[in-house]
Amino acid sequence: MNWDWAFAWEIIPRLLDGLVVTVEITLAGSVIAMVLGLVIAIVRFSKVPVLSQVVGGLVQFIRGTPLLVQAFFLFYVFPSYGLTLPALTTGILAIGIHYSAYAAEVYRGGIESVPRGQWEAATALSLSVRRRWTGVVLPQAIRAVIPSLGNYVIAMFKDSAILAAITVVELLNTAQAIGSDSYRYIEPLTLAGLLYLLVSYPAARLIRGLEHRLAT
Amino acid sequence: MSAIEPFLPFLLRGALVTLQVTLLGLALALVVAFVAGLGRLSSRRPLRWLAGGFIEVFRGTSVVVQLFWFFFALPFFGLQLQPLVAAVLALGLNGGAYAAEVVRGAVLAVPRGQGEAATALNMSGYTRLRRVILPQALPLMLPPFGNISVDLLKASALVSLVTVSDLTFRAQTVRSSTGETALVFALILVIYFVLALALALAFRMLELRARSDGRPTLARLFRLDALAGRSPSA
Repeated sequence: MNWDWAFAWEIIPRLLDGLVVTVEITLAGSVIAMVLGLVIAIVRFSKVPVLSQVVGGLVQFIRGTPLLVQAFFLFYVFPSYGLTLPALTTGILAIGIHYSAYAAEVYRGGIESVPRGQWEAATALSLSVRRRWTGVVLPQAIRAVIPSLGNYVIAMFKDSAILAAITVVELLNTAQAIGSDSYRYIEPLTLAGLLYLLVSYPAARLIRGLEHRLAT
Repeated sequence: MSAIEPFLPFLLRGALVTLQVTLLGLALALVVAFVAGLGRLSSRRPLRWLAGGFIEVFRGTSVVVQLFWFFFALPFFGLQLQPLVAAVLALGLNGGAYAAEVVRGAVLAVPRGQGEAATALNMSGYTRLRRVILPQALPLMLPPFGNISVDLLKASALVSLVTVSDLTFRAQTVRSSTGETALVFALILVIYFVLALALALAFRMLELRARSDGRPTLARLFRLDALAGRSPSA
């Protein structure tokens, strides 16, 4: 074992740059997943003929297949239809869509946990469909699922490392690049792992705390 | 389809490698799960901390980081792993860390009185675990284990990045020699999905057999929740 402290110090700024990109991917991907997931959940819950089934099948398919292969699919297939996006954009789309399938299930649980009486009251007040969702159901449904969504955000943060495979220069890819430049992998990869841990562990603790607070 | 037809046997052999990596990883994960899960419940503090530290580290970083670490960084300790070994190790330890929490939760879910009764009957710690606690805890573990096995299958695609010739790796080969990008990746997505369904089904069958009232009827079998994947907080 030959850990080189000087080298480790030297590469920390580059790794932190990579971490920033990882966080950016997580945030942008989360926005896509939260919004698209909500749309999917509402479509499925509303039981629109054909559409609901198709969306439901698609959700199952996305959850039953690897993110890496989905990312490759978008990465190679977009350009063959003349749509050339930067790797980072493709990666954000891939991870956002992947996690929207998970978020949709979380929302569905939240929507189903809203008591029937709430729906009936909204109907009795003859609220429009829009108001029924935005004024009555969703505020209660979403509050209940915030911790679960938070856990998926952390999962996205960790899974964003997969996007290194489609040349996105995030934390893991940066560590990998330092390794192949210097022929020293132990410092960059270990530090990268620690950086992931340093963010995800406190975040997970925070959400555990939030769970307790919302539960009371 | 015709352009990639000659490559179908090649891809299917890749699917076998994928299945092999997944099952070996699952086997290791189960061993790790019981060791770390029971370790975390141990009355000895150092053991509890060791197990807890292992679980948090392996759940706090992603499996691809662990895989790369085993493959690229371990040689610096003078330990050069075969790609397949690094792959199974990363999948098994990562899956095992998640599964350890399942073991812990299931053991804690067995009513306290059961353990106390076993102690009152003068059973040794090991007998108590084997004859009283685990038989009641195991059925609770099966559904989450099903989720974890599907997660392992999906994570196994990452081993292509360390040159294991699995389904994804071979899809890349076929892509570069035929240029049939969309077709190849769509095809292997379907293969992964079928494998995931098969795994979920297998665990569902085990689950139904473990339940005293359960006969694995078709209607029960095909209520597949396992594709939901593990909840990341599990």
